[in-house]
Amino acid sequence: MNEAAVSLGSDAAKLIEKAKKQRRTKNLIKGLLFLLPSLVFFSIFLFYPMIRTVYLSFFLTNASGAPTVFVGLDNFAQIFSSPLFLKSLKTTFLFVLYTVPGTIVISLFLAVIANEKLRGIGMFRTIFSSTMGISVAAASVFWMFLFHPTMGWLNQFLSIFGVEAIGWLTDPKWALLSVSISTIWMNIGFTFLILLGGLQSIDSYLYESADIDGAGYFYKLRRITIPMLSPTLFFVVTVTLINAFQTFGQVDMLTRGGPQNETSVIVYSIYRDAFVNYQYGTASAQAVILFVIILGLTLLQFKLGERKVHYQ
Amino acid sequence: MSYIELSNVSKSYDKQRSVLNGIDVSIEKGEFFVLVGPSGSGKSTLLRLIAGLEEITGGELHMNGKVINHLPPKDRHLSMVFQNYALYPHLTVEQNILFGLNAKKVDKKEQKQRLHKTAEMMGLTELLKRKPRQLSGGQRQRVALARSVVSEAPLCLMDEPLSNLDAKLRAHMRMEIRQLQKKLGLTMVYVTHDQVEAMTMGDRIMVLNDGKVQQVGKPIELYNKPANLFVASFIGSPKMNMGRAVIKGQQLVIEESLFIPVKAADVIDIPKNKRLIAGIRAEHLFKGTSEEKTHVLDVINVEQLGNETMVTFEVGGEFWTAKWLGQQIVHTGDRVPVQLSVEHMSFFDADTGKLIKAASSLKQKEGVAI
Repeated sequence: MNEAAVSLGSDAAKLIEKAKKQRRTKNLIKGLLFLLPSLVFFSIFLFYPMIRTVYLSFFLTNASGAPTVFVGLDNFAQIFSSPLFLKSLKTTFLFVLYTVPGTIVISLFLAVIANEKLRGIGMFRTIFSSTMGISVAAASVFWMFLFHPTMGWLNQFLSIFGVEAIGWLTDPKWALLSVSISTIWMNIGFTFLILLGGLQSIDSYLYESADIDGAGYFYKLRRITIPMLSPTLFFVVTVTLINAFQTFGQVDMLTRGGPQNETSVIVYSIYRDAFVNYQYGTASAQAVILFVIILGLTLLQFKLGERKVHYQ
Repeated sequence: MSYIELSNVSKSYDKQRSVLNGIDVSIEKGEFFVLVGPSGSGKSTLLRLIAGLEEITGGELHMNGKVINHLPPKDRHLSMVFQNYALYPHLTVEQNILFGLNAKKVDKKEQKQRLHKTAEMMGLTELLKRKPRQLSGGQRQRVALARSVVSEAPLCLMDEPLSNLDAKLRAHMRMEIRQLQKKLGLTMVYVTHDQVEAMTMGDRIMVLNDGKVQQVGKPIELYNKPANLFVASFIGSPKMNMGRAVIKGQQLVIEESLFIPVKAADVIDIPKNKRLIAGIRAEHLFKGTSEEKTHVLDVINVEQLGNETMVTFEVGGEFWTAKWLGQQIVHTGDRVPVQLSVEHMSFFDADTGKLIKAASSLKQKEGVAI
């Protein structure tokens, strides 16, 4: 009788095990079905191009982009010995250095002042975030007029003070800075909006408690606002950094990489190699390098930055 | 001169929506003063006016005899405990406690001294290096208290500090806060919506409703002589039983269904033929026996609490609850004999809600007790 009970027990256990397995398979299929649309789209527009890029970076290609001769790492060796690529690399890093801190600091300042409860503050919030709704092309045209050497408002404004006209987009000394300024302006809308959202989610009790404790404005800013905003800041820095590395539109519109390749950032250099010079192999190699740089910097940022971020 | 005086203080938003009206009250030094009222009564707003977190729109606020309407919170020498504790989530317990001292640039050595003294008093010594999210509700509450203690401000404001704790911990913290206040000689202004908290903790209580002061007084005073219907129904649990009443000849008629004989002497100060509200506390609705009874009532609900029994009766259109000691064997649907007498009843004006006559039996008892 005892044995019977045991066998019955093991039978039941098998049955339960089988039912569990069935449920797991069912859940897996269901999950995959939900993922299917995004998997399909990612595969077509992201995974396949990525793999194809890596593949192409090892080949020479004909004018239509079909691989012809396998050259191994020759493409990489060639671009790293090309002064043009090295220059574009340097330009890109300088561009990132100009735009990322600038965007964050200015947006943070605007967000902090727009977070005050004042009459008509909604109007300012709308104005500060409005650049988010302007496309890169439209903004570039607008800045092109501002930067115009003779008719541009910037030079006209400077001439009031007797300052000589500056070739904003034509002078090699100024071109990258000018593109950076217009980029900061374009980025402010989005960054401002995210930071304002972050500021508004900070509990007002914290400030009231600090008021009673006698904390001054800057003490509160340093000890409450910045630490409580750190998750948002971290997000904004990551996104802005990646965006800065991928800048293309305003360079194409404002300077076309010139003067003297001063503003030829890496994505613009890729574009030129691929679609002007029909060098798909070296263009792919550059794209792979850009990918590695962005991936590396983002990983580094997560490793270093995450420690200083206070999640609620 | 009292420590804090509010004279004709009012608060309105956008010059129209009035939240507080003509508040006149004075709070003595070292007093535990409780502001109690239902939600939306303006009690938290009043506290924030005293703290300086909101601007007073009318009247004057004095502290130590000086007008302080215009002073920012930090110059009012007070500390405050918020309902959600307002702990800084990114700082450790130690940094949280020292936040205010740091802001005021108190000497580092003194900071350390005060920190250790306070942490020891509040039992936080082991937890100083932890972040708020690693603490339980009770521990967070203690940190919030410690922050207020360490400031050594003579006045402490508390805004419903116990409402996020479970019942057991709440009862314990009630006692702890009371002891702390006595030990440090703090003047405390304490906001709560819980009348039990108000009764058990306060030296004096102010009942607020709709932005107006209903009554200010000692807890027992409020219980025994509620100034109006609102206080009568708000203070005390279960609430005072009430019913529409009128005196007709030698009889008091309640809800047109209870007839109680009255002597002329009992109702000498009560106007005849006026619409009244009669109220009686649950503990004065005595149990009767088949020989000794004045009325027989229908039981509609029974709650057994172990040490006492709550029996709810239907009187006209009202539900009256009686609180009887011990475990009574009563069932829903029974008809139970009770003893009711006029001397335990309070009478209110049905139109204005004002008290006309408090229960006369209490005066005699007080006299006996003294």
